Amino acid sequence: MKSAVIVFPGSNCDRDMAVALREVTGQEPLMVWHRESRVPDVDLIAVPGGFSYGDYLRSGAMAARSPVMQDVVRRANAGTPVLGVCNGFQILTEAGLLPGALMRNANLSFVCRDVDLRVENSQTAFSSRYDAGETIRIPVAHHDGNYFADDETLDRLEGEGRVVFRYACAVNGSRRDIAGIVNDAGNVLGMMPHPERLVQPEQGGTDGRRLFEGLVAAIG
Amino acid sequence: MKARVYVTLKNGVLDPQGKAIHHALEALGFAGVEDVRQGKLIELDLADGTPPAAIEDMCRKLLANTVIENFRVETV
Repeated sequence: MKSAVIVFPGSNCDRDMAVALREVTGQEPLMVWHRESRVPDVDLIAVPGGFSYGDYLRSGAMAARSPVMQDVVRRANAGTPVLGVCNGFQILTEAGLLPGALMRNANLSFVCRDVDLRVENSQTAFSSRYDAGETIRIPVAHHDGNYFADDETLDRLEGEGRVVFRYACAVNGSRRDIAGIVNDAGNVLGMMPHPERLVQPEQGGTDGRRLFEGLVAAIG
Repeated sequence: MKARVYVTLKNGVLDPQGKAIHHALEALGFAGVEDVRQGKLIELDLADGTPPAAIEDMCRKLLANTVIENFRVETV
């Protein structure tokens, strides 16, 4: 499985993502700078966490309009799997690939700790190595993780099984405790928690590893 | 010409920062503050004759996230 990690000025989880992808896929991912107008031909595009463009205007707003994202949007719409973690999730919503928006945490505090997540849908390419209803533990580290969408959108997401991960307890004020969602076609996942930080036992656990293993199984 | 773009949160979207400001005002002893909503003011220096439709396009494409925000343009 060939993968690419998009790198913006202010990305800070790009190398963690690269290590996780290398570790699980056995292939070195390509690092693609935000000024590129084309993403190389890969099987998976990862949009990593961080504070792209210093979170100016809104988290993810500037990155979503960067040259490389125009191609990421095109590729996502053509079916290439895209994984957005943390700032990557914010960027994917700002780019219109995922519905809703991520706002300042309800209690205004930066939250940085391990949280319990419930796997709501294990039928996606990203979650097939988890069991539906299983609780996993993944770290979060964000200031703007408070997921917002209107009731109609939330009902649709839930009705279509597009809520993939939900916080077991309230973490940041997200509506309906949503932690991760997929797009309509199921090839774009955005999530605030960081699975790339838990792929080796030395990191304190491997609950994140199975997300990448699922992708390898789905993509080959 | 100049344009001022006011970006505000839509009704029904919780505004934790506005709420914190509200509490701080109360803590300072200001009575009668019923609600606080925080927004943004963006000032644009534009070529004379920039059409309103172009400014609105800027708002929709970048300055506001219309999932959660409204915008209002004032040209000066």
